[in-house]
Amino acid sequence: MSSNKKYWKSVEELNENSSIVETLKNNEFVEAIPTDEFLGDAASLSSSSTTRRDFLKYVGFSTAAATLAACEGPVHKSIPYVVQPEQIIPGIADFYATTMFDGFDFANLLVKTREGRPIKIDNNKIEGAKFAANARVHASVLSLYDSMRLKSPMINQKNANWTEVDAKIKSSLADAKAKGGQVVLLTNTLASPSTEKLIADFLAKNPNSKHVIYDAVSESAALDAFETVYGQRALVDYDFSKANTIVSIGADFLGDWQGGSFDSGYAKGRIPQAGKMSKHIQFEANMTLSGAAADKRVAMSVANQKQALVKIYNVITGSSIASSLGKEFDTEVTKAAKQLQDAGSKGVLVSGIQDKNAQLLVIAINQVLASEAFSTTGARQIRKGSNEKVAQLIADLNAGTVHTLIMSGVNPVYTLANSEAFISGLKKTKLSVAFSLKEDETASITTIAAAVPHYLESWNDHSLTAGTYSLTQPTIRPLFNTKQFQDVLLSLNGAGGTFYDYLKVNSGAFVAGTSWNKVVHDGIFVGAASTVSGGTADYASAANALSQAKPVAGFELVLYTKTGLGDGQQANNPWLQEFPDPITRVSWDNYLTVSKADAEELKLGNEIVANGGLNGSYATVKVGKTELKVPVIIQPGQAKGTVGLSLGYGRKAALKEEMQVGVNAYVLYNNFDNVQAAQLVKADGEHEFASVQSQKTLMGRGDIVKETTLAVYKEASAKGDIKAFNAPPMVSLDHKEVEATKVDLWESFDRSVGHHFNLSIDLNACTGCGACVIACHAENNVPVVGKDEVRRSRDMHWLRIDRYYSSEDTFAGDNKKKEEFDGLTGDKGSLSGFGEMEDPSDNPQVVFQPVMCQHCNHAPCETVCPVAATSHGRQGQNQMAYNRCVGTRYCANNCPYKVRRFNWFLYNNNDEFNFHMNDDLGRMVINPDVNVRSRGVMEKCSLCIQMTQKTILTAKREGREVKADEFETACSAACSSGAMIFGDVNNTEDAVTKLAASDRSYHLLEHVGTKPNVVYQVKVRNV
Amino acid sequence: MFFYNYSIEKIIPKLSIIINYMKKVGNHNSISRNLILSLALMLTISLTSFAQDAAPVTAAPATDVAATPAAAPAAGGDAVKGKELFNANCAACHKLDAKATGPALRGVANKYDMAWIYKWVNNSSELIKSGDAKAVKIFEEYNKSVMTAFPQLSTADIDNIIAYTSEVKPEAPTGMQISNGGLQAKDENSISNNVILGFLVTVMLLLIVMLFLVYNMLNRIAASKGLEIPKKDNSLLSVWRAFARNQFLVLVSSIFLLLASGYFVYGYLSQIGVDQNYAPIQPIHFSHRIHAGSNGVDCKYCHSAARVSKNAGIPSLNVCMNCHKNIAEVADTTATPEYSKAFYDGEIQKLYTAVGWDKSTQKYTGKTKPVKWVRIHNLQDFVYFNHSQHVSVAGIECQKCHGEVQTYEIQKQFAPLTMGWCIDCHRKTDVKMEGNAYYDKIHKELSKKYGVDKLTAAQMGGLECGKCHY
Repeated sequence: MSSNKKYWKSVEELNENSSIVETLKNNEFVEAIPTDEFLGDAASLSSSSTTRRDFLKYVGFSTAAATLAACEGPVHKSIPYVVQPEQIIPGIADFYATTMFDGFDFANLLVKTREGRPIKIDNNKIEGAKFAANARVHASVLSLYDSMRLKSPMINQKNANWTEVDAKIKSSLADAKAKGGQVVLLTNTLASPSTEKLIADFLAKNPNSKHVIYDAVSESAALDAFETVYGQRALVDYDFSKANTIVSIGADFLGDWQGGSFDSGYAKGRIPQAGKMSKHIQFEANMTLSGAAADKRVAMSVANQKQALVKIYNVITGSSIASSLGKEFDTEVTKAAKQLQDAGSKGVLVSGIQDKNAQLLVIAINQVLASEAFSTTGARQIRKGSNEKVAQLIADLNAGTVHTLIMSGVNPVYTLANSEAFISGLKKTKLSVAFSLKEDETASITTIAAAVPHYLESWNDHSLTAGTYSLTQPTIRPLFNTKQFQDVLLSLNGAGGTFYDYLKVNSGAFVAGTSWNKVVHDGIFVGAASTVSGGTADYASAANALSQAKPVAGFELVLYTKTGLGDGQQANNPWLQEFPDPITRVSWDNYLTVSKADAEELKLGNEIVANGGLNGSYATVKVGKTELKVPVIIQPGQAKGTVGLSLGYGRKAALKEEMQVGVNAYVLYNNFDNVQAAQLVKADGEHEFASVQSQKTLMGRGDIVKETTLAVYKEASAKGDIKAFNAPPMVSLDHKEVEATKVDLWESFDRSVGHHFNLSIDLNACTGCGACVIACHAENNVPVVGKDEVRRSRDMHWLRIDRYYSSEDTFAGDNKKKEEFDGLTGDKGSLSGFGEMEDPSDNPQVVFQPVMCQHCNHAPCETVCPVAATSHGRQGQNQMAYNRCVGTRYCANNCPYKVRRFNWFLYNNNDEFNFHMNDDLGRMVINPDVNVRSRGVMEKCSLCIQMTQKTILTAKREGREVKADEFETACSAACSSGAMIFGDVNNTEDAVTKLAASDRSYHLLEHVGTKPNVVYQVKVRNV
Repeated sequence: MFFYNYSIEKIIPKLSIIINYMKKVGNHNSISRNLILSLALMLTISLTSFAQDAAPVTAAPATDVAATPAAAPAAGGDAVKGKELFNANCAACHKLDAKATGPALRGVANKYDMAWIYKWVNNSSELIKSGDAKAVKIFEEYNKSVMTAFPQLSTADIDNIIAYTSEVKPEAPTGMQISNGGLQAKDENSISNNVILGFLVTVMLLLIVMLFLVYNMLNRIAASKGLEIPKKDNSLLSVWRAFARNQFLVLVSSIFLLLASGYFVYGYLSQIGVDQNYAPIQPIHFSHRIHAGSNGVDCKYCHSAARVSKNAGIPSLNVCMNCHKNIAEVADTTATPEYSKAFYDGEIQKLYTAVGWDKSTQKYTGKTKPVKWVRIHNLQDFVYFNHSQHVSVAGIECQKCHGEVQTYEIQKQFAPLTMGWCIDCHRKTDVKMEGNAYYDKIHKELSKKYGVDKLTAAQMGGLECGKCHY
């Protein structure tokens, strides 16, 4: 039934003779349709010969063609070389020894290339190469393929060529010479003898020029102290393997303190051998990797650390300088000082206090101890920056005395706290040049942005420590129109030739007694160790001055660098952004770490919301006049009255939108001091974190991370009483308690024939550095999923490093508390008790546990797969056939270790995941031996089966047996601390065979009876 | 594995290119192509006699050329011995009729006197040093490349060689003409084939139309004459009715039909992506028959990576030039009825264009144009296959998986490359363990365990998923 309703459009319709109504009736559209707007240029459109019919024909034809084409298999093309380089055989990896140093990170490397593309960073294990790659160095291979790199030189933000750049700089230098203007070279620490020589030549050619060295994260205090005492600007290369007692006052030496790379030496002393291991006491404000590894950790503010240092100085040197150390710390500090004194030359003290006086005291104490770990032989050359000179440069710039400023490897606009002053000064120069990998904050405002090659495309030499000479060699032809800073310098100096020739000639002075080719092959040449003679300084007045140091007003803000991003140079690297911080387990962010007590006072909080993600309140940090709104993480172990914030985040220039996360803490880095007085107030809003681990404590489950004390271990191990510290789990069989390892639901296969792989993980040696996580990423083409997906717990890391806090002061306390639960309620009731145990203690013990697929011999995942996509190999590997997987995810649900990862989406070639796998350049890093998984497929650690298979094949081809310890996985090869050892337990000579049978070995969740092939070693604490 | 893939993915959006490829390159198994082919085959059966007539003519030239008599031997030398010596010593750098590394040698005796030739052959560099004008000129002309000295050649030997080089060039073009004729004949053949084919089809169509018209006409005539065409008792229909009434029969036959169609659908589905006998047209017509067959070049000379790498490798063009620097044209005997000498020489020229080799100056121009071969064996990304494991360790003949390549004029995919095919071989093949220390221990233990003397790849764990899929 039709309706007779009449809809009135306006009152006007009542007027029968209205012209408006009449017009509206005749016009379909009230206003002319803006066809021009959506059809673009009307003129060209009307003159186009393509008619509507033609258009439809084209559409029809292309649809039909597409349909037809879809019926045929694709045609693949293979294009061989015209002239194949002798060294390159398709399918075979080539390795090049090289050295990496970017002003912050440094390492001796072996770069794996396939078909001419570097695809992975390995450690150079040749004698003398002692600096292993950390997570950032492992990830640096991906930064080579960064699509946001500067692709050609630019003058005034327009593409230019190198002749123009050369001419422009030359004319500016001539102009400066004529007018008497100053020329300044502002570089990062170079540690490169040849480059330094070139700069010296440059300075000689341009008399009114100077060279300023600038480290984004300053170690000026330690350098100044060392220079005062020994007359040389260098840092001590501590060897922690020689120390029995390590006292650290605010030095995160397992992190980036004085360049880092101390973990391998440290870890050597931490593995109990013959009942002995080193003792490590840490006094610090932020919870750091070193604090997490310490046997005894005391949380204290930096102001207190200074007093503690004076106190220890008093004890060691017998002085009596008044120290205003808080009473609560007195006993611990005195105890540490006594232990240090007892250790004598086997003791070492390190400090991260950015104060020259404090660093002088460190030298004084170690000199008195005659510490073996503290040696001035082969001092580190990797930091040389001077705070004063940088401050002077900014003053000069603003005074207008600098005519030409040439920068290389620095990004002061981003990393300077007073970057406004720098920018205004920069504008007063006649010419500014930035040699940079990217058009970053600085290069985008300089006159010339000179594109430099990545270190994997360049020649260079380095003297990382005095007496060693290592080479950087290109592993790929430059991808873009780039030129090395050194090559331009050569041309500016008026010398001909390339930097390579210069380097080759120059190297002669350093590599006496060997050939250039051998040094290129080895990557390093160790010459005679150079020693600086022991000097001295006025330590007493330094101690006096330090004891006068006043605590800051308000909160003490301690700035630090995170394991993932460091100083922020590689902020556009998705591997590093997705790398979860070892301590907080948060990825894709920086944040303010606040102690629980302070958080309660300021009403700051963290909360796990309904979708499983972690939310945190915002706080406004005010330092001087600068304010920053920062999300908050409540950090167990953070000293009360202090807050921590990491540098390196909050970059915007030359970064993909996805990577523009966090806040720039450099704006608070006033006077290059990592400690600032800050005011803190709660701010509006909630921040959504991407945290990969929401549970903080072990809940008293001592069987997951087994630990004991050195005293117990020593005694029981001598007696052979393993049960005292490594008790096997008991299960009930026929109503009798029996050891879980002796009960079996399944019939075991005979695994004694052929290879049988095991991976041993020593919880004592693991520092949580995360190098293995990134190495695994690179080796196995693990996709990056982005912040939102990580927040949804869809991270794809095959290898995770679980971090647990104790709820009581120690894990032993947790275990005891749980055992003593009695009934549901009451004092010892489990109901409230378990609730309490979810919260970590204020200053907890910390433990790291790397977990990957455990490769169970009786794998629960295998039995539930409906399509037999996951099965077991005779060699112990739990295999995953991706092409067979239909994505039921039964296996992930049945896995007690939660190590299986599901591809919720297609992560390559997908604009929704705009990371390296979405552009041609980024995909160059993909390992051709490992499949790139597609959507809907389960994946997990394969124990690097491509690597074990390759080792076997090489042996077969050479007609020999596999050598002892020849098998490696990506993680075990990356582990410089020796925490991860991989091998064949059927080979009695493999190191892992002993470890698998050692008294400290246990399996994760042993009572489940999965019989894993990954073995953990009980953690022993020296308390 | 992944690498090859995305270069393709870049291509896919450009439809026009794909269509182009489809035209140029033989498709993978295409149903439409098969249908058309079979139709064509049916139609051409009657033509075979025509086609075969032309062939025998072209077979003749080979013998003709070989039999060309030696004409006008030079002073005193033995041309037959000379030929042997020439092939052993000179042929690497000289040809009779074309410039190679050195000049063409036919008729060299007419240009230089014998005494000079003896000196030059025995030690050319000395002659150049002595400042002999002729010697210096040649030296300059050939990029100052020094000719190897042959002190071991006696004057008699040199005489023999000169005798050989002084032979009058055989009126070879007879062969050429014939083979060219063959080509033309073939071309004509194919043209005439097409014409005849088209003609036949038209005739067939005409016949059908005519039949239809006649039938209609007859009907009309019958109708007009009032004749009644007796309607046939449609027995077929009654059988069908009886069948339709018998429910059991309907049930059984529909089950049978379902099963049968299931069988065929399954068969169809499981051949998708199996490209056995895939033989695409390549940018350069490379004949394995000539290289590996007639000339007996070892497979691994060109595919050297197969010994050490997972890829067998397509030889880079500089490998081709190792031989083709000197082989600018094929022998007349190489030509076949299907492919003439001119055709093959053209293909060699394609190589020269690609690698940037100027035949006349015997120099590289530096202008290269990499060859875009069409990949024949496309193993999926999720399969790991290593040639060196099979070639070097197991010592399997290439032919086992790639077929009798030395007989292939056009390379094709011999094996289906399905997993079943791999597994089958792994089950049956005994691993070659002798003399390989890697296997000593494992062989001892495993053979004891299984109670066998020889172990198959399967017993070694060669059937585990993870061995090929990771």
